[in-house]
Amino acid sequence: MTTVELSNVSRWYGNVVAVNDITMTLGPGVTGLLGPNGAGKTTLLHMMAGFLPPSRGEVRVAGAPAWRNPSVYRILGLVSEREAVHGFLTAWEFVLANAKLHRLPNPEAAARRALGLVEMTGAQDRRIDQYSKGMRQRTRVAAALVHDPEVLVLDEPFNGMDPRQRLQMMDLLHQLGDAGRTILFSSHILEEVEQVSGTVQVIVAGRLAASGDYRSIRRMMTHRPHVFSVHSSDDRRLAVALMGQASVTGVELSGAGLTVQAGDYGTFTRTLPKVALAEGIRVRRVLPSDESLESVFSYLVAS
Amino acid sequence: MNPTIAWITARGLFGRRRFLLLFPLPVLVIGLVALGRASGVSNSDWGPAVLVGLGVAVMLPIVALVVGAGVLGSEIEDGTAVHILTKPLPRREIILAKLVVAAAITVVSTAVPMFVAGALTDSVRLGAGLAAGTALGAVTYSALFLLLSLLSRRPVLLGLAYIMIWEGLLTNLLSGTRVLSVQQYTISVADSVAHTSMLTGRVSVPLAVVMAAILTVASTVLAIDRLRSFTLTGETS
Repeated sequence: MTTVELSNVSRWYGNVVAVNDITMTLGPGVTGLLGPNGAGKTTLLHMMAGFLPPSRGEVRVAGAPAWRNPSVYRILGLVSEREAVHGFLTAWEFVLANAKLHRLPNPEAAARRALGLVEMTGAQDRRIDQYSKGMRQRTRVAAALVHDPEVLVLDEPFNGMDPRQRLQMMDLLHQLGDAGRTILFSSHILEEVEQVSGTVQVIVAGRLAASGDYRSIRRMMTHRPHVFSVHSSDDRRLAVALMGQASVTGVELSGAGLTVQAGDYGTFTRTLPKVALAEGIRVRRVLPSDESLESVFSYLVAS
Repeated sequence: MNPTIAWITARGLFGRRRFLLLFPLPVLVIGLVALGRASGVSNSDWGPAVLVGLGVAVMLPIVALVVGAGVLGSEIEDGTAVHILTKPLPRREIILAKLVVAAAITVVSTAVPMFVAGALTDSVRLGAGLAAGTALGAVTYSALFLLLSLLSRRPVLLGLAYIMIWEGLLTNLLSGTRVLSVQQYTISVADSVAHTSMLTGRVSVPLAVVMAAILTVASTVLAIDRLRSFTLTGETS
């Protein structure tokens, strides 16, 4: 069983702390590293992939330090965020070169298998710079998978993919996770993480804010109070009616309309139209006022 | 030497537009020599200026800089270096492959035109001398500029500063700096082979060869160590 262990890892750049005292162990299966932009996800991934020394603490892949140790790449694959590929090569040439660089006993077979996994076999003989963003991304994943690594680290792998490619990539990560590989991918989009991974590590401002099963984190995120600003044909009457609803925890009436606090996002958004319809009130505007990811994360950190 | 890395490097180099920068200077050197011959003026009047002033002092280092700083530098710049670095290869193997490609391309694209230019100016012997000196200089410059691409994100700028300020200016003013001038090694070796008044070697040949070897090896060793500690930065930083 191959694990990635971080113990009390910190990384700072000058006075700026990018990663602050993070301890985590990643085991087989898919783990999502979730956090807003600038939270330190990439810094953390680079330390795991041996491209950055921790300022303090230890990063170990299968028991060996990742920094200044190229032999970790025998068991680790990295798909970096920067979408850089040798555009003058075809996908086949590129993945085959990667297989040869790994000194695999049968590089052709390995390249064929990897390209098959990402469903790029049909387009493999075209130059990479003629590919769409999604195809290029899949080619890079094939290159990172060519040696069938125990650990695969992906930095924002779904960026620039269309929904179909996204699903396909999610499927692939699932398969690899189910096969006992340790897969870690980063994302700033909750829904992506939810669909792929069983385990989630949430980092906010360089700190590990939450960690564990995605359902419990999802519950923490959805069961927090939500604030909506509502504007209708009769705000006062709507306020009275809404106060009678279990999903509403508070209503504030002001000149600009209503500010409604709801305990449960889903129930409230279903209740509001029913109440308005029953009262004969026309709802002109409903705005969730704290839906930015940052507010979700800051709520998580506070709880 | 890793053939796969060498292959990707060569393809990358020939695939980039920067590659076209290799042609104008050698063509200019040969063109000026042809012009000098056609003019009927004695070759001692224009030979040194074209062969040394332009060929050895400008063409050789510039071509070496474009290639040497490009073999790894351009991959670091565009991020494709990651694919080569995420392999369980000793970093020595990566640097040596890069160096061999850089040196080979630089030697071919500078020593050959220098041979032609020397032969047209005076004799095959002068051509051979220039080719030998240029080959030595090409290898040394390649190692130096490859290292530079790992020390700085602006290797071309630093390389130009070295060529123009150190070799172009200081070695002419302060004789002590000649010991650390690849240009002087090139001229001395060329002179020792060609034995001609066109070239004036200012450092002894053994010193030139030994210093070139030391610079090449030291640069390579340092480059290998720098590559071991190669860090990636995120897009935001």
